[in-house]
Amino acid sequence: MRWLEQILEITWMSLATIPQRLGSALVIVGGIAGVVGVLVALLAIGEGFQAVLAQAGRLDDAIVLRKGASAELNSGLSREDVVLIAQAPGILRDSAGNPIASAEVVVVANLPKRSSGTDANVEIRGVGPRVWELRSNARIVEGRRFETGKRELVIGRGARTEFDGLEVGRTVRLGLQDWTVVGVFASGDAHESELWSDPEVLQGAYNRDGYQSVTVKLTDAEAFDTLRAALSSDPRLTVDVQRTRDYYATQSEDLTRLIRILGMAIAAIMGVGAVFGALNTMYAAVSTRSREIATLRALGFSATPVVISVMLEAALLALAGGVIGAGIAWAAFDNYTASTLGANFSQVVFAFQVSPRLILNGLLWALGIGLLGGLFPAVHAARQPVTSALRAL
Amino acid sequence: MKFLPLVWAALLRKKVRTILTLLSIIVAFLLFGMLDAVRVAFTVRDSLEGASRLVVSSRLSIIQPLPYADLAQIRRIPGVEQVAFANWFGGIYQERKNFFANFAVSPDYLDMYPEFVLPEEQRQAFLDTRTGAIVGNNLAKRYGFKVGDRIPLQATIFPHRNGDNTWTFDLVGIFHTREARDRNQEDQMLFRYDYFDEGRTFGQGTVGWYMVKVDDPGRAQQVAQAIDRLFANSADETRTQTEKQFTLDFAKQIGDIGLIVSSIMGAVFFTILLLTGNTMSQAVRERIPELAVLKTIGFSNQSVLWLVLGESLLLAVIGGSVGMLLAMAGAGALSAAFRGGAFAVGAQSWLTGLMIMLVLGVAVGLPPAWRAMRLRIVDALIER
Repeated sequence: MRWLEQILEITWMSLATIPQRLGSALVIVGGIAGVVGVLVALLAIGEGFQAVLAQAGRLDDAIVLRKGASAELNSGLSREDVVLIAQAPGILRDSAGNPIASAEVVVVANLPKRSSGTDANVEIRGVGPRVWELRSNARIVEGRRFETGKRELVIGRGARTEFDGLEVGRTVRLGLQDWTVVGVFASGDAHESELWSDPEVLQGAYNRDGYQSVTVKLTDAEAFDTLRAALSSDPRLTVDVQRTRDYYATQSEDLTRLIRILGMAIAAIMGVGAVFGALNTMYAAVSTRSREIATLRALGFSATPVVISVMLEAALLALAGGVIGAGIAWAAFDNYTASTLGANFSQVVFAFQVSPRLILNGLLWALGIGLLGGLFPAVHAARQPVTSALRAL
Repeated sequence: MKFLPLVWAALLRKKVRTILTLLSIIVAFLLFGMLDAVRVAFTVRDSLEGASRLVVSSRLSIIQPLPYADLAQIRRIPGVEQVAFANWFGGIYQERKNFFANFAVSPDYLDMYPEFVLPEEQRQAFLDTRTGAIVGNNLAKRYGFKVGDRIPLQATIFPHRNGDNTWTFDLVGIFHTREARDRNQEDQMLFRYDYFDEGRTFGQGTVGWYMVKVDDPGRAQQVAQAIDRLFANSADETRTQTEKQFTLDFAKQIGDIGLIVSSIMGAVFFTILLLTGNTMSQAVRERIPELAVLKTIGFSNQSVLWLVLGESLLLAVIGGSVGMLLAMAGAGALSAAFRGGAFAVGAQSWLTGLMIMLVLGVAVGLPPAWRAMRLRIVDALIER
């Protein structure tokens, strides 16, 4: 108990002197704020990209692609394939007995981006009539759904913000055809980066006759095995089937891993710099207070509380820095919208996500840097011989 | 220069502090050097060959194929010297994570790229072997490919017509780039279009894109417009861009790498400025009586200013240079870690680095140096 009292007393005393050495205290706070800010901002990119794709996947939906195709754009299924797939067991059917499935055409178009004015790839997805039941989170927020057989597009909310000229009532030129934008949909996932239309009309525009994928609703999550067994044993089909949750998770894997490695590496190097800065500051803090510390020791305070109090001070300053850094990253980048090339070779719009987990992560880094920077000066302070320290000044 | 020993002595006054400050500057420039190497690697350079090459792709989108028949028509356009073509294959070697670019090319495709160096007999072997393939040196080193190897690729887009998903190629050549800075171009595999076109199950008679070489780079734009005019209002409209523009647009689609890198650098240098700035002013504060003594024995105000400023400049330049040297080693490690990366700290990065060192030294040293210059001897001595 006496220790605890001593620690509190010494820490309180040193904290009270911070205003006198505000400059050097700010070095720890600012240095660590920089490290944590960069770390949190970078990881938020990966977090946001992962989230937008993860939202698109479900446990009880499955996607069928041609064997070996890693993304829809690489895949190709014939009309016969599509009919066979839709009849497989395990797929949920409506009251009339029709399977809830959507055979989809995936193509890419060039449209100018709002931010740069240069053309970028936008994904156009021809979706079946049951798609609104299949992807029940997608709903029209402006205008109306496209009509079967017409050159009409509904655009995702994300695509509208990223691309120029995508507004209800405007036309989009695909090859020699003019298509009309008739509605905007929101789904809260990666599909918001897409344009949806009637698959048959889209095939015509791109001069194709097949499909890229079939997405189906399963009767329940366990029915996946039934469906997979049925499809893989059918000699007429050479297809891969995955739960949509797994399919979309795989698509964000590469970029997320790259960003995580990059973010950690940059933050680690910066963190080393910040440790040096913290060491410098704490050494200076300890040396200006060496007489004070020696007096305390002479009065009967033991060495351990001195060590702990110095480290505590460093940790508190570091935490303050961490909070500021994470706060700046949150204020500047949370929900910041950006887009990059996704697995279908087209833009995926996503928002940076500064999640509580990332902030906690950043604060732990701050604490680590602070404790590391406080340790050696603390030991140095406690080891100083009392007599020489008292005589020094 | 005669003051150098004095500046040096001041730096050695508190060794721990100097070393810690130096280390944080080193870290900052290590990071700067490596990030700048990444930025440079993503920057499209001007090259003579690049300026005379055009990429012709479908107006609809890059994934849409163009008819093979366009070849003869493009060849007839005035100003066109040569036309080659290619088709993306996107095959996978063993595992999905082993991604590298691989595509089918016309026999004369390599003539378009004088910057790729390939021994003459290997070039001939590529022309003679229908199943032949050539790879870049980087790629060969990574997977231990040797001439004579059979390389299997799993098709992702184009299953083989024999029902198998695996295509097998005979490695007949390994090319390297003429200049080391183009090393990232060595990360691709090229094979023959005729073998590919015959084996695929759909899309026969179409190609992914045409590469056009113009005889006069100055007229590249006019030739590009002439090509697009030729196919306007046809079922397969084209979009023709210089190779540079094509690459630039593609890099923009991935995201603005320059912006991300410079924001990080901003945060890093803000941090370092804070760290060293504080240490420097601390160091001057402690030495006020000493500076007063220097002035008493006849040092002019300006000499004292330079003395303090020299100290911070020396710290910045030593720390910065060591950091940049480490970054050169770090960029090498980075190239090894990221498949196909060719990161290097070039002269341009050094120049920028040097500028930042000077700015950092002055920004950090000037406030305390100014204070030292304005110091009045009497006040400074009394303080003791």
